[in-house]
Amino acid sequence: MAGRGGARRHAPRRLPHGMWKYFLRRTLILIPVLFGISAVLFTILVMAPGDPFEELATNPNVPPEVRMNLRAKFGLDDPLPVRYARWVASMMRGDWGFSFVSRVNVDTLILQRLPTTLVVLGSAQLLAILIAIPIGTYSALRPYSLFDQIATTLAFIGFSLPTFFTGLLFILLLSIHLDWLPFIYRADISATGWQWYWEHVRQAIMPVSVLGLAQAASMTRFMRAAVLDVIRLDYVNTARAKGLSEGITLVKHVVRNALIPVVTLVAIQIPTIFGGAIVTEQIFRVPGIGSLLITSILANDTPVVMAVTFIFSILVLLSSLAADMLYAWLDPRISYR
Amino acid sequence: MEERELRALVGQVKAGTLSRRRFVRTMVGLGLTAPMAAQMLASAGIAQAQAKWTFTPTKRGGGGLVKALWWQAPTLLNPHFANGTKDQDACRIFYEPLASFDPDGNLVPVLAAEAPSLQNGQVAKDGMSVTWKLKKNVAWHDGKPFTADDVVFTWEYVMDPATAAVTIGPYQNIVKIDKIDSHTVKIAFKSPTPFWSAAFCGSATGPIIPKHLFQAFKGDKSREAPTNLKPVGTGPFKFLDFKPGDIVRGEINPNYHIPNRPFFDQVEMKGGGDAVGAARAVIQTGEYDFAWNMQVEDEQLKRFEQGGKGRVEITPGGNIEHIQVNTTDPWTEVDGERSSAKTKHPTLSDPAVRQALNLLVDRASVQEEIYGRTGIATANFVNAPSKFVSKNTKFEFNVDKANQILESAGWKKGSDGIRAKDGKKLKFVYQTSINGPRQKTQQIVKQACAKAGIELELKAVTANIFFASDPANPDTYSHFYTDLQMYTTTMTQPDPQRFMDQFTSWEVSAKDNKFALTNKTRWRNEEYDKLWRAAEHEMDPVKRAALFIKMNDLVIQNVVVIPVVARPAVAAVSNRLRDATQSGWDSNFWALAYWSRA
Repeated sequence: MAGRGGARRHAPRRLPHGMWKYFLRRTLILIPVLFGISAVLFTILVMAPGDPFEELATNPNVPPEVRMNLRAKFGLDDPLPVRYARWVASMMRGDWGFSFVSRVNVDTLILQRLPTTLVVLGSAQLLAILIAIPIGTYSALRPYSLFDQIATTLAFIGFSLPTFFTGLLFILLLSIHLDWLPFIYRADISATGWQWYWEHVRQAIMPVSVLGLAQAASMTRFMRAAVLDVIRLDYVNTARAKGLSEGITLVKHVVRNALIPVVTLVAIQIPTIFGGAIVTEQIFRVPGIGSLLITSILANDTPVVMAVTFIFSILVLLSSLAADMLYAWLDPRISYR
Repeated sequence: MEERELRALVGQVKAGTLSRRRFVRTMVGLGLTAPMAAQMLASAGIAQAQAKWTFTPTKRGGGGLVKALWWQAPTLLNPHFANGTKDQDACRIFYEPLASFDPDGNLVPVLAAEAPSLQNGQVAKDGMSVTWKLKKNVAWHDGKPFTADDVVFTWEYVMDPATAAVTIGPYQNIVKIDKIDSHTVKIAFKSPTPFWSAAFCGSATGPIIPKHLFQAFKGDKSREAPTNLKPVGTGPFKFLDFKPGDIVRGEINPNYHIPNRPFFDQVEMKGGGDAVGAARAVIQTGEYDFAWNMQVEDEQLKRFEQGGKGRVEITPGGNIEHIQVNTTDPWTEVDGERSSAKTKHPTLSDPAVRQALNLLVDRASVQEEIYGRTGIATANFVNAPSKFVSKNTKFEFNVDKANQILESAGWKKGSDGIRAKDGKKLKFVYQTSINGPRQKTQQIVKQACAKAGIELELKAVTANIFFASDPANPDTYSHFYTDLQMYTTTMTQPDPQRFMDQFTSWEVSAKDNKFALTNKTRWRNEEYDKLWRAAEHEMDPVKRAALFIKMNDLVIQNVVVIPVVARPAVAAVSNRLRDATQSGWDSNFWALAYWSRA
């Protein structure tokens, strides 16, 4: 048991006592919060100017009666409280409503888009972690070395550049000048076998790196700071003193503890990543949730906009809850009441 | 131009001294549509030119995948629910109308065996009916035969108000459709209908849908039809899959009713992104074969074209960027609305001011400095030129003349340099939607007006507010609560009758009709009304054309609107794609069955 030390010694493998109660309470609080959010979202969306049938208004083939009829049919002329009540009632039944523009159920639309978004965001996040943790740790071990200086500079460039800019830069360089990668993402690739995987990887390289690098930049800085904090602590010296190899000390004692703030960051940033994905998806024509949101906003397709923004707000709440839960797992000194 | 002159022109085409195309262009220049021009020629017994394809295949298929890119994505695949061109185009891959309109406005039979005409007796002389003979041995993609029942059903489906079809316009004038036999239908109209090809023709409103799949989903249940998302048509391609807002794919229809067509084995229409990116993907990198509606600055397009993988194809159509001049007073509220038809504009009601404004719009500069090949300076929505062929001669930009007109009408410059009469200053608010070229155009007009002592205040409204049909928002184009406004009006429908109703007195946009009617300038003129009513039932195409030209003249003489540039359709086409011919009067995919790759 000599390998165990520091905070880990006290860390139980099961969830701490009282945590379930805390979890339950937090979940219950979510319900009124979600109601509040949905009411605000709905009101803003309904009050925003615009009209899903605006294309019809400028089309002389469509007599105004047809447009009026459609408005009435889709309940657009009803007062706000009535529309909101109807929305809540159908949500309770699990009915997300249907898109005014494509006349398809909203959940079908979203489910169609979700896998693509998850694949792109998941890979981007993975890429960010794979870059940030080793680089951040190494920078902290040798602060102000040449490596650290370069890493810091790149990180600053990384989070100063907005994704829409790096996205366009990548397209110009890799697609247009060098002609290596396609810049239009297709969810339907007709190839089979290895070809299929290869095509998918090729088209995902640019969107994933744009998102992943932006994430990695701030994460590297966080990781570096966290490791610097931990590495000076007594228990690290103790671990070294009792003869643990540098590698084990680093992985089991330093990195593990340094990960606490980083994990929080990752969890709290999940909604931000979705935000970044909106822009990236639009640039690379990735058929994900983000591009669905943009086109729906442009088309004033209220039910879809409502559903997507609602999902995003649920995500924000759940990820902050998850962050709180993860603290406990990583650092048992935090107690829940 | 009078009827007599028009007849002379038609005579010239018949004699061979004037080319068909020239004639069609001239008529379009006069504010008519190409399909109307073609009708005039047909009535004089001039045979219509057959569409020519550069490639004659000896077998069906073998062309691989053709990739098209739309920067607005298709959202549904029922042609009668289509929200705009993107959906109409996506539907045209699978569904077909009885006939299409080619670039010269000729009626090209698709599901019809032949185009009806007065000569073959299928169009009644009194304009009360038209008989269509349908092509035999056409099958729906599921193998069921296409018959007259499908045509009759399509009309019933569209006409049911509970279906909420957006294509109802041209079908409202039909009283009944008789099925003569399994492949003949006779359409009876409520009143004499000169433009009988509005219904069932063209991709915007014409596609025929299968009765056996839609009959259970007419009216209230229309939204639930599975076929809305999985189309079963008669077209060159069968449905493969569809993700709303992203991509539509189709595969070759092995039983397509035109022999040896189509050339391609698969078609893909991808949506989303932006116009510039789409232009790059076709013209610069060649990743895609075709892209639609290149709203990109011409300079940029030219730069992309130097790469040599694709080119820009420009097709004249009926889109006109124009300035509307309010006839009512937008600054006085009467019965809860501004720009009320009960008021008169305090300064714009003076014809001299209108004439001056018309002289102060520098169309040539607008074309040269802003639109390039994608916006052609025009005086013609309106202003019939005395010489038929000249395209650019009749508009005039002349600050001195404008000054002179205003001076002699008693508008004197004040100490601030702004002209005034009886204490009323020539100060106008000029609105449009937010859009780069439009703001630049506003600047050009403003500078010229300043030189003539007219002050313009520029206003720009976000497009989705400006074009919204929200009766509560005062900033929409249909409220027109300013003195001047500018936008592009579309006359892509093949007949100008509906389009020209925007100047009739019964179409005045007002609070009572939730600002839904088409007459936004609120201009009223008895003579115009009479001409419009006469054209509605005039069966002689030449006489009818003369009526429309007279209506145009009235509109321009009174400076109800000031045309700025004609906006042709701009598509990006790969250099290897053949026969991707575009028609200004039909869908981008009207000739998809004939596309091929070198």
